[in-house]
Amino acid sequence: MEKYMFIFIGGDVSHLSPEAQQAHMGKWFEWVKKLQDQKRYASGEALLPEGKLITGPKKTVTDGPFAESKEVVGGYFVVLAKDMKEAVEMAQECPDYVLGGVVEVRPVMKFDM
Amino acid sequence: MLCAFFASLRFSLLNSARYLYEMQPNPERQVHELVDHLFRHEAGKMASVLTRLLGFGAMELAEDIVQDTLLKAMSVWKIKGIPENPSAWLYTVAKRKAIDTLRQQHLHNQHHSGISDALKSEWTLAPTVRQLFLDNEIEDSQLRMMFACCHPSVPYEAQLALTLKTLCGLSIAEIANSFLTSEDTISKRLYRAREKLREEKISLEAPIPAKLPGRLNAVLHCLYLLFNEGYNSSHPDQLIRHDLCSEAMRLCLLLIGNPVTNAPEANALLALMCFQASRAEARLGDDGSIVLLKDQDRTRWSQPLIEKGKYFLEQAAEGDEITDYHIEAAIAGCHARASSFEKTNWGDIENLYTILSDMKNSPVISLNRAIAIRYHVSPKAGLKALLAIEGLQQHYLYHAALGDVYVDVGDLAAAKASYERALCLTSSIAEKKLLQFKMDQLA
Repeated sequence: MEKYMFIFIGGDVSHLSPEAQQAHMGKWFEWVKKLQDQKRYASGEALLPEGKLITGPKKTVTDGPFAESKEVVGGYFVVLAKDMKEAVEMAQECPDYVLGGVVEVRPVMKFDM
Repeated sequence: MLCAFFASLRFSLLNSARYLYEMQPNPERQVHELVDHLFRHEAGKMASVLTRLLGFGAMELAEDIVQDTLLKAMSVWKIKGIPENPSAWLYTVAKRKAIDTLRQQHLHNQHHSGISDALKSEWTLAPTVRQLFLDNEIEDSQLRMMFACCHPSVPYEAQLALTLKTLCGLSIAEIANSFLTSEDTISKRLYRAREKLREEKISLEAPIPAKLPGRLNAVLHCLYLLFNEGYNSSHPDQLIRHDLCSEAMRLCLLLIGNPVTNAPEANALLALMCFQASRAEARLGDDGSIVLLKDQDRTRWSQPLIEKGKYFLEQAAEGDEITDYHIEAAIAGCHARASSFEKTNWGDIENLYTILSDMKNSPVISLNRAIAIRYHVSPKAGLKALLAIEGLQQHYLYHAALGDVYVDVGDLAAAKASYERALCLTSSIAEKKLLQFKMDQLA
């Protein structure tokens, strides 16, 4: 098994009613449960949209948000998959695509080559 | 002791209501799943507390804070899972946002909240906000919000929309869908209702007991309409109808839970709702058609809800005044007690409808009274009573009832004509199916 990172971008739920938001969250819980039951879920964190950006030799600090809301990284999972093909299949089950969400699937580089 | 009893009763009532309204129970339900409608109900609670804090002038601001809070919860919970106490988690976020907002407002000296003195000082601001997010204060805020939404100066249609939006956390689209109307219509109703509340300078700070019982009547009437919208409407979607019923029951229970608003008529209304809801499952066929009282499988009636109905009807007897809710609950109770349709005490039911029609003159009550006469006296007497009713010529229920009685007196041609008339007058698929079935039976 190799490690892959799913990076979640966008997926706006602000137009949904509280009831619909809860229903959508329920789909996430089902997906995570499935990954956990198959022992494929390693870790995950959610990121707040706000933050700071530090750039240049002068270490200039600017305030977030960093991008349009549809491009903001909302969080990530680290999962275990046989290969990229399987990782992509797993990522395709993320519930956010209907809301314009994007998932970036990246192989985690192994230190010991 | 009494408190504990009530708490357990309340718990079991909510549970049986939940059981009842769970249309498709999921056998593989996970422990880590959220309570049904948690977001919706917490949205209503937070909106009530925040409006109390910020004032009606800032109702939209309060809704923004609620929206932000739920979005934050959503973005974190979906990845990290549900916290141990989801409601407390939400309140913590909402409290912080409220305190920030109040501090900014304080700088501009703009807030008009009645608790403004405590909010003006940096020393008391945060504790005051925290205080309002305690359980009993949340309930108090919801009650105040209920009285504001059902203010007599706001038209009934707008009261219903405002209650569903603010207290029940429904979106404009969901409300429009519940009433089979456009989002635009609901937006306009909400806008006018809010303008009215602003114009009348209605504050959530006004002590509730001052204007009781007139104001309580308005609240009860709104809940009654809300329940009926769910129970009797022609809405094709069962889930939406059951949602309206359970919301009406939840809010009525909130009234009864507070000593100030725990009036006999509130108990009578909840008794009525319990009795009606006890039959909700049995009155629907597998194909979504309506099963008549006569043909319902009475073993499918919810006994826990019937017991609760009896309990609240007993509580309702404590006052001196008899309201129409008392009578309607007593009628529903008569049906609930009967072991079969034939064993129903139609004499009592006829009497109760007679009392009810003395209290409020409505052709629908006369219609029900005529049906009771048909079973208590004879089909002929029932037909006579039905034909004497005026004002229901455009109502499908009237023609459906006429059709039934014509069948009983053996006039099949008149029965067919009545059923056809009824068929033209209803848009409900379930009703149409039932009428078609009856017409097929004639042939």
